[in-house]
Amino acid sequence: MHYLFEPGLLGSGPVRTALLVGAVVAITSGVIGVFTVIRGQSFAGHSLADVATTGGSGAFLVGLNQFWGFLIAGIAAAALMEGIGVQRRRGRDVATGVVLGAALGAAALFLYLDTQQTSTTGASFTVLFGSIFVISPDTVPALIASGIVALVTVAVLARVLLLTSLSADLARARGVHVKIVGIAYLAALAISVSLAAVAIGAVLSTALLIGPAATALRVTRSPVRAMAAAALFGLAATWLGIVLAYDSYYWPPYGHGWPVSFFVVALVLVGYLLSYARRPNRNRVPRSPHEGAECSPA
Amino acid sequence: MFTGLMLNTWITASIVAVIAGMTGFFAVLRGQTFAAHAIPNGAFAGAAGASLLGINVIWGLAVFAVGGALGIGALGSEQRGRKARNDVVTALALVLMLGLGALFVSVSSQYAEETYALLFGEVFGISQGEVAPIAGLGLAAAVAIGVAFRPLMLTSALPEVAEARGVSTRRADLYFLVVMALATSMTVPVVGALLMFSLMIGPAAAARSVTARPGVALALSVAIALATVWLSIALSYRTNWPLGFFVGVAGAAFYLLGQAARGLGVSRVRPAR
Repeated sequence: MHYLFEPGLLGSGPVRTALLVGAVVAITSGVIGVFTVIRGQSFAGHSLADVATTGGSGAFLVGLNQFWGFLIAGIAAAALMEGIGVQRRRGRDVATGVVLGAALGAAALFLYLDTQQTSTTGASFTVLFGSIFVISPDTVPALIASGIVALVTVAVLARVLLLTSLSADLARARGVHVKIVGIAYLAALAISVSLAAVAIGAVLSTALLIGPAATALRVTRSPVRAMAAAALFGLAATWLGIVLAYDSYYWPPYGHGWPVSFFVVALVLVGYLLSYARRPNRNRVPRSPHEGAECSPA
Repeated sequence: MFTGLMLNTWITASIVAVIAGMTGFFAVLRGQTFAAHAIPNGAFAGAAGASLLGINVIWGLAVFAVGGALGIGALGSEQRGRKARNDVVTALALVLMLGLGALFVSVSSQYAEETYALLFGEVFGISQGEVAPIAGLGLAAAVAIGVAFRPLMLTSALPEVAEARGVSTRRADLYFLVVMALATSMTVPVVGALLMFSLMIGPAAAARSVTARPGVALALSVAIALATVWLSIALSYRTNWPLGFFVGVAGAAFYLLGQAARGLGVSRVRPAR
């Protein structure tokens, strides 16, 4: 026990901040991730994270807190993607890809200007791979508030979202504005991705979004239970990752900790692979061909 | 602008554009946009690992790109219409590779400079010796696509017919992913991981929105990719801004032009999916 939990772990300010922010991020990502996986929008979720990089590097340039950059860019991209909004999945992937490509180009420019301006190369690494130990305590309330906003949005929309995810036509027939629901959901997704980007870095936030949710949906088929399980898995991976990263200070190469992001990603993946070991013998309901979701409501 | 080192840049970038145009066409057609994004990005981690071990970067790139392609192909679902599952597997394969990349980069600690180059490309300053292997790999990828052109087209456009004729969609998928991985390992050091993707998707999507005929679309896709790269090099040379910026923006611009052309009814073909 002593080896895993370094004495003084909980006494350190940055670690306490990291554990708190990690919890907010893991829960938000887990819950929203379930919808992302059900709706088959893993690519969109990942793209939003990459687009957030653009915002993050832009914010670095103007001296703003990175989180706001992530958030603004994420929400703008979400609106754009849904705006081009092709309902067919293949067209949607291409639209996502084109938005993503343009945003990455802009990110290249911003990062280049960052390095010109500050003559440090640390910017690109921080923006891309994040560092949960350097979050300033001032931003914590903003992070928690955004997490709550995203969770409330999804909670309010939960039923409608499930309906539009499983059958857009049925939802439309019932008078649901599928497009508006889609935009609201993508905005919530953008918020949660921005949160995760602060914690484990923009390019790795996909791990927390997709990993726990996909694992949970393999274990249970009820969406509500899956959300709870995903939040729990995410939380476990994040906290364990933080503890291990803290310990890794004493691993080779000495005096240089391993990144938290690596541990979180590794733990999330181990969880997903373990869910394969327990292959539930579910009697599959034949599904309609246009619906490729992992799960249907119980 | 056309002397010495710059000549290498022009030649290499043109080879890369041709390959990206070809592979991108099939990536868009087969709906493997996400894989096209994941494989170059994952390959970046391999480069970081190779530099940590002190071996040639290209080996790290090739191992991670091909490994990622095989992983996505193997864990993905064989049933059609299970795209959500495939996307999840692709996403997780990607973050695994990126997580390793983050570890390698942080352990080697002097790598930050190169991180930027590998992600966003370093097309200026290619030496004479680097041109030949890139040309070789490019030729190999082109031949691999040329040889399998018919089965690839068939499984993309009419998967049921392909199955009936004994062409396995799954094997075609795997084959294509590996070819894409090979193409990637050659292009990442040149245009960078993030922008290899822009170069594959933008031109191909633009070409597909203008014409539905596969041969014409393939040629157009290559032509647009070449135009994108040439324009970007010229602009980047003039302004000193990163090449990646121009490639990304030009790709999106061509796509919008293609969509606009289709909207105005320039082409009478059935809308591309």
